[in-house]
Amino acid sequence: MADSIVTPSRSRDLDKLLLRPGNLVGPTFEPGVELRDDLREYARILVVGAGGLGCELLKDLALSGFKNLEVIDMDRIEVSNLNRQFLFRVEDVGKPKAEVAAKRVMERVSGVNIVPHFCRIEDKEIEFYNDFNIIVLGLDSIEARSYINAVACGFLEYDSDDKPREETIKPMVDGGTEGFKGHARVIVPGVTPCFECTIWLFPPQVKFPLCTLAETPRNAAHCIEYAHLIKWDEVHSGKAFDADDPEHMKWVYSEAVKRAELFGIPGVTYSLTQGVVKNIIPAIASTNAIISAACALETLKIASGCSKTLSNYLTYNGVEGLHIKVTEFVRDKDCLVCGSGVLIELDTSVTLEKVFSISLGSAVTSGLNIIVDYHKFGLVCVLVLGVEFIHQLEQHPKLLLSKASVTHRGKNLYMQAPPVLEEMTRSNLSLPLYDLMGKIPKDIVHVTGTTDKHDKKTSCLRKLRVAFKGIDGVTDMDMAGGA
Amino acid sequence: MAEPKTKYDRQLRIWGEQGQAALEKASVCLLNCGPTGSETLKNLVLGGIGSITVIDGSKVELGDLGNNFMLDESCVGQSKAKSVCAFLQELNDAVKAKFIEEYPEKLIETNPSFFSQFTLVVATQLVEDSMVKLDRICRDANVMLIFARSYGLAGLVRISLKEHTVIESKPDHFLDDLRLNNPWPELRKFAETFDLNVPDPVAHKHTPYVVILIKMAEEWTKAHGGSLPSTREEKKEFKELLKSKMIAMDEDNYKEAIEASFKVFAPRGISSDLRQIINDSHAEVNSNSSDFWVMVAALKEFIANEGDGEAPLEGSIPDMTSSTEHYVNLQKIYQAKAEADFIAIELRVRNIQKKLGREPGSIPKAMIKSFCKNARKLKVCRYRLIEDEFNSPSISELQKYLTDEDYSVAVGFYILLRAVDRFAANYNSFPGEFDGAMDEDISRLKTAAVSVLSDLGCNGSTLTEDLINEMCRFGAAELHAVAALIGGIASQEVIKVLSPS
Repeated sequence: MADSIVTPSRSRDLDKLLLRPGNLVGPTFEPGVELRDDLREYARILVVGAGGLGCELLKDLALSGFKNLEVIDMDRIEVSNLNRQFLFRVEDVGKPKAEVAAKRVMERVSGVNIVPHFCRIEDKEIEFYNDFNIIVLGLDSIEARSYINAVACGFLEYDSDDKPREETIKPMVDGGTEGFKGHARVIVPGVTPCFECTIWLFPPQVKFPLCTLAETPRNAAHCIEYAHLIKWDEVHSGKAFDADDPEHMKWVYSEAVKRAELFGIPGVTYSLTQGVVKNIIPAIASTNAIISAACALETLKIASGCSKTLSNYLTYNGVEGLHIKVTEFVRDKDCLVCGSGVLIELDTSVTLEKVFSISLGSAVTSGLNIIVDYHKFGLVCVLVLGVEFIHQLEQHPKLLLSKASVTHRGKNLYMQAPPVLEEMTRSNLSLPLYDLMGKIPKDIVHVTGTTDKHDKKTSCLRKLRVAFKGIDGVTDMDMAGGA
Repeated sequence: MAEPKTKYDRQLRIWGEQGQAALEKASVCLLNCGPTGSETLKNLVLGGIGSITVIDGSKVELGDLGNNFMLDESCVGQSKAKSVCAFLQELNDAVKAKFIEEYPEKLIETNPSFFSQFTLVVATQLVEDSMVKLDRICRDANVMLIFARSYGLAGLVRISLKEHTVIESKPDHFLDDLRLNNPWPELRKFAETFDLNVPDPVAHKHTPYVVILIKMAEEWTKAHGGSLPSTREEKKEFKELLKSKMIAMDEDNYKEAIEASFKVFAPRGISSDLRQIINDSHAEVNSNSSDFWVMVAALKEFIANEGDGEAPLEGSIPDMTSSTEHYVNLQKIYQAKAEADFIAIELRVRNIQKKLGREPGSIPKAMIKSFCKNARKLKVCRYRLIEDEFNSPSISELQKYLTDEDYSVAVGFYILLRAVDRFAANYNSFPGEFDGAMDEDISRLKTAAVSVLSDLGCNGSTLTEDLINEMCRFGAAELHAVAALIGGIASQEVIKVLSPS
């Protein structure tokens, strides 16, 4: 232990933390050169988002002993990013954030390898995310957090005692900022609350009633939203509004000004128009730096055990004075995402999707219609089992999942997209799920699709515990969805 | 070239043009450009601070590359101040960046007047002795000072300035200034034009809740000898009364009135915080008084005279269910009153300025306007000298935190950060800085901690072995992530003390 300090070393400061024993450390901490080298060689960290938080995170992680980093972001650099996204310069405007960020950090910190992914998070196969030890989130949208959370929780498996299996836990560290405020949290699926367990922390966005916009506007935001949501469609029939098109924005602004004049309402400015339409969240360098640093520290603590990890939600508020608070939230035992999965019980003959018909007397009916028809006869149970799998997901009250793609143990059973995969897996649709799953009586299946949330379609991923009826070890007692 | 307005759009939405102008006018001096200092400045340079001067006497070593992003391999052996300054300049060419290769301790000892040229000094990784000296220098020269220090997994940010007065504090939750239980004549007259029992359902559901509450509050006080609902029972009764006035279930204006009824219960007159400010000895102005206190003096006169016990009206109203016409009219009434209050205050400000022999126009109109709008939210912060904090600590508070489960670790580190400086003064190195002498260092640090505690007057208290061990384990390491966190906080505080909000 002593010899590594004498020679000058890049990890001069970090070594103190990683090579020396301590009393206030995590339970798994095994200090030594090996720990340091393992972090470098084997720890793989994914940073989701290369914006204000992402840029800081990449820098912080690269200087915290990690060597293998990847970053995913679908955005290109804009001028208004430059006040905080310090890896970008004026001449980078228009280039993919992930690529520029990765390049800049690699140029500065030698030995670090950062793989950029310029795409949407949904474009990656689920297994892509399984390749990382820790996923760090620097995002500004609830939907994206929700998606990654579901992906990471999807890897979680429970043992027969309903305890999470250690090796399937994919920890996440999540940061978020708004102005002088921010949060950092640690999510250990199955152990601490996941994003979905505490979704109530994010209140739904304020929406103005349409009648206010149309009839009784009272402030500048009402005028702007009228131009944006009502007038635009009236005038540009069918043409979608694009908030990133300055011509569109200018049009909304000028219409809002006209409306404000008509009603004698002050305060419509171009800046406010952008703020309202794009729902711009104010962002500054210092808060991003604080929150990212907290997240990077937690990542280092999870990976090395060099100190106790945050338990489990930190809020930072610099609006008046400075307040830091740590709250220990609790898991939602019935959480659809990080729980042991929604139980679906099926007949062994249920196919993936192709119209499955049963004959009952002379009536031959198929698909969804059966539910309706036979409901009258009190045969719901039989019928739910009779409906093919993918349609069941649409009907299931807890799932309401449409356009589902289905995977089992990393194998694509059916994929809606891309077309190549769709074609390859299409023939599976008419096969019984039981056969597709290798005749296992009970197993985990992952489905991705879209669901309606607050009248908005969002991508989601759900973990299902599929059990086949009439096979040993499965009782007939539970109804579908009784998880 | 990027248009600065677009580049700074996301921050202008927080601190406005005024805040940005203050930032661009400021000249900041950084002492020591390790990661804590570099990260602090990085955030300020990105935001468009006026100028920076980086001061550091050391040369870049290999170990520095492991924790500082503002250095790379080509810098090894070079002046650290020069290298960091060059990388910081790259972030924003609108910032004037320069460096001086010199040890801060030496400047503090030999050239104290050097610091008076800056708006603000960010002093990082200084030990106690230099902190105390620099603090005195900056206080005398009226230069703002922020200390930042990263030490292992611990850190410290300490602001030191004589007085920080805030006009636009923008608190998260603050009661609207609606005067529902104390309407001025024009507002009362407007409310009187409404009949809450109007049979027309359209008119009934478009009566703004402000009008409903003013009328109902008046009805209540008439029936209750002039007093407002004050007990829980009375408040409940008042809400029931509101509910009884509804003629349909979908009347959002009445729902809003019930929800906002607490605004009626709020006491009249000014808050105790504001009373404290107008009664501050600084409100007795003299030729040295700052603009802020001149305006406070005017405010004090206003409250005693035309304000009739109230601060100037803020003038804005929240959104509420209403017809456009009623809402706009209501807005105009509030704005007119705010404007009248502003004119009265402005007149008083100008008179005071005249009495002090100052140019009456020297406080801009816009500033007085902002002062009036935010009069209820004014804030005055004063910071003790570091020397006073050390010499006359608030023992009861320290004792309280030392035994409080939530704070004992933080206070423990506060004491240990002082103990390591005493250790360093005695042994020329920090505890655990070098391997090999850990056990000895732990017991020496323990002795130093005991002496700090005893100097603070906390004789009976001790720190846990675990905490002392931990501090030795840190060995004065400056970890990048900790430095980024501490530097982030320091830069946020810099922005807050520089901008008028």
